[in-house]
Amino acid sequence: MATQTTGDLKLSGLTKEFDTFTAVHPMDLVIPQGSFFALLGPSGCGKTTTLRMVAGLEQPTAGRIHIGDTEITDTKAHQRNVNTVFQSYALFPHMSVLENVEFGLRRRGDKNAVAKAKEALELVQLGEVARKKPAQLSGGMQQRVALARAVVNRPDVLLLDEPLGALDLKLRRQMQIELKRIQQEVGLTFIHVTHDQEEAMTMADTIAVMNAGRIEQLGDPATLYERPASTFVANFLGQSNLLKATVTGPAQNGEVPVTAYDTALTVAADHVPDGVKEVWLGVRPEKLRMGEHGGPNRLHGTVTDVSFTGVATQYLVRMPWGRELTVVQQNDGSNRARPGEDVTVSWAAEHGFALDASQAADAGVEEEG
Amino acid sequence: MAEGAAVVGTGAPVRKPVRRGRWVPYALLAPGLLWLVVFFVVPMITLGSQSLQEGNIDEGYVFTGNVSIYADAVQRYWPHLLRSVGYAGTATVLALLLGYPLAYFMAQKAGRWKNILLILVIAPFFTSFLIRTLAWRNILSDDGPVVAFAQSIGFTSLLQAIGLTSNDTLLASKFAVICGLTYNFLPFMILPLYASLERLDPRLVEAAGDLYASPREAFRRVTWPLSLPGVVAGTLLTFIPAAGDFINSRLLGNTETVMIGQVIDSQFLRVLDYPLAAALSFILLTMIVVLVTFYVRKAGTEELV
Ligand SMILES: Nc1ncnc2c1ncn2[C@@H]1O[C@H](COP(=O)(O)OP(=O)(O)O)[C@@H](O)[C@H]1O
Ligand SMILES: [Mg+2]
Repeated sequence: MATQTTGDLKLSGLTKEFDTFTAVHPMDLVIPQGSFFALLGPSGCGKTTTLRMVAGLEQPTAGRIHIGDTEITDTKAHQRNVNTVFQSYALFPHMSVLENVEFGLRRRGDKNAVAKAKEALELVQLGEVARKKPAQLSGGMQQRVALARAVVNRPDVLLLDEPLGALDLKLRRQMQIELKRIQQEVGLTFIHVTHDQEEAMTMADTIAVMNAGRIEQLGDPATLYERPASTFVANFLGQSNLLKATVTGPAQNGEVPVTAYDTALTVAADHVPDGVKEVWLGVRPEKLRMGEHGGPNRLHGTVTDVSFTGVATQYLVRMPWGRELTVVQQNDGSNRARPGEDVTVSWAAEHGFALDASQAADAGVEEEG
Repeated sequence: MAEGAAVVGTGAPVRKPVRRGRWVPYALLAPGLLWLVVFFVVPMITLGSQSLQEGNIDEGYVFTGNVSIYADAVQRYWPHLLRSVGYAGTATVLALLLGYPLAYFMAQKAGRWKNILLILVIAPFFTSFLIRTLAWRNILSDDGPVVAFAQSIGFTSLLQAIGLTSNDTLLASKFAVICGLTYNFLPFMILPLYASLERLDPRLVEAAGDLYASPREAFRRVTWPLSLPGVVAGTLLTFIPAAGDFINSRLLGNTETVMIGQVIDSQFLRVLDYPLAAALSFILLTMIVVLVTFYVRKAGTEELV
């Protein structure tokens, strides 16, 4: 029998080393019961390793794992009330879909295994294929069987390791909505691992951004996006324009004065880390306006590229010092700038954020997702 | 696609692969069929007709169609037939018990040692079957260190007590014959097992563990059923030749351990009673076919993948 535990999942100093390589640096994390939590990061950053430690498939080098008040660090995988939807689905090829879904219930001696399994298959809308073998199903259907097989056990924590990675874009979007619906319906704690930032942002209540075995930042999607704490997060979640700037004085009226390339600019005071002077001043492309109505922060440049994407138009604007800013404008009917045109780009102080300049400006750029 | 369609549209000659395709399968099948006819069907017919001949080696044999020889053969040699099935069955079970863990280790855990272990499994084939069995005669010889050791730990007494040997040595006994059969056919067990366990995705076993299956349950529900094709192939490849074997019982056994293969061998080559030898061959063949059919049917109900 699996240990029955309920409560938040707590990782304390959880570490995994392979020989000399540290896949997961000491990690402290609390995942509230019933939340949809995303672990986001480029491939190879240690997401799967973290999940496997929670599932009991990998022995941590150090650290503790608790669910509620119960410690499960040394509990065997089959005795943990945790289930995984594997990246490869790992459906049993010699069993029917129904037998696959019943598997966990039967191992625990559940008398209503068949009824519960059928119900779970209905939940993922696969009632009609119960008698088929996994190999007879499409990728999307197999994915849903894998989900049903895990959800049916009503684990304390459900781990999903890039479950949508093998699906095409359209099906992936559809399954994201499905997954979210199912999570709300059954109310389990979901830990969803992904390297797709859009997926993490659309689905999760809380996201932990992982980089090289460490959590870079933890927060709800809007906070991570609006107030990234590192250049890695700024670049990995969406796009960011980063300008090298210097803080020139103390905050006045809630705004900190900075200079970038001899231009005086301002940033909301609570968007500037304490005690740093040299910063990267970041602004999201869609926060920039073509023209002067965006706010008091203004830069002048020349349009070098215009790409029309339907709902929006993306411009590259070359600054006098040679770098290009990316500007995204809604297609709201206003006139579009043309390549070669001289333009002013403006933004409000509260739309900027400052990051310590000791970090590389291109951390997290183009690392998948 | 669009280009291909355009070519057809402009009237380029369209090939008809259907015609040519019709005889290709037969052509590919022909060498195999020919081989079967020459080396299986023809000898079977010859053997069949030989078993229904009467006479002796000096005056020659003539075909009489007298089937009573079969009843006669069974009556005289049923202990040898049963013994052969018993020894071969025991050796097959032993080979499975020895081979499965080894094949599992090689396929799933050995990592870079895999190929070296595979070569070691195949290595005995570099010398002949006969030589290897003769070597076992030396290894198990009465004054050798193996027997001395087995005696010192009381193993020989144990074997004697359960009737696998008739005195305080190892050679010339049931025990030696079964060991020889197990040893000689072990690679035929290991290789198919290895092939099917090699294909087993270890993530399935992890998934079983994740779904509350203890290691024992995971083996029973996932590893074992997925390796069944290898088990079936391995047991057949071990049992069939072991049941007809005539070397092990002759070199390692005694007069009480004579197997049917040894009888057939001596009837053909020493006694020169061809009809009896041919009839015994047919009986052995039929017995194996019946047993194997029954076995495969049974294994098939256990979800053969
Ligand atoms: N069994 C292992 N032995 C050695 N290194 C491993 C092992 N498993 C994972 N790693 C390494 O740990 C790092 C993190 O892997 P993983 O957790 O799978 O990343 P992710 O799931 O984020 O893509 C990778 O660099 C990977 O090569
Ligand atoms: Mg991974």
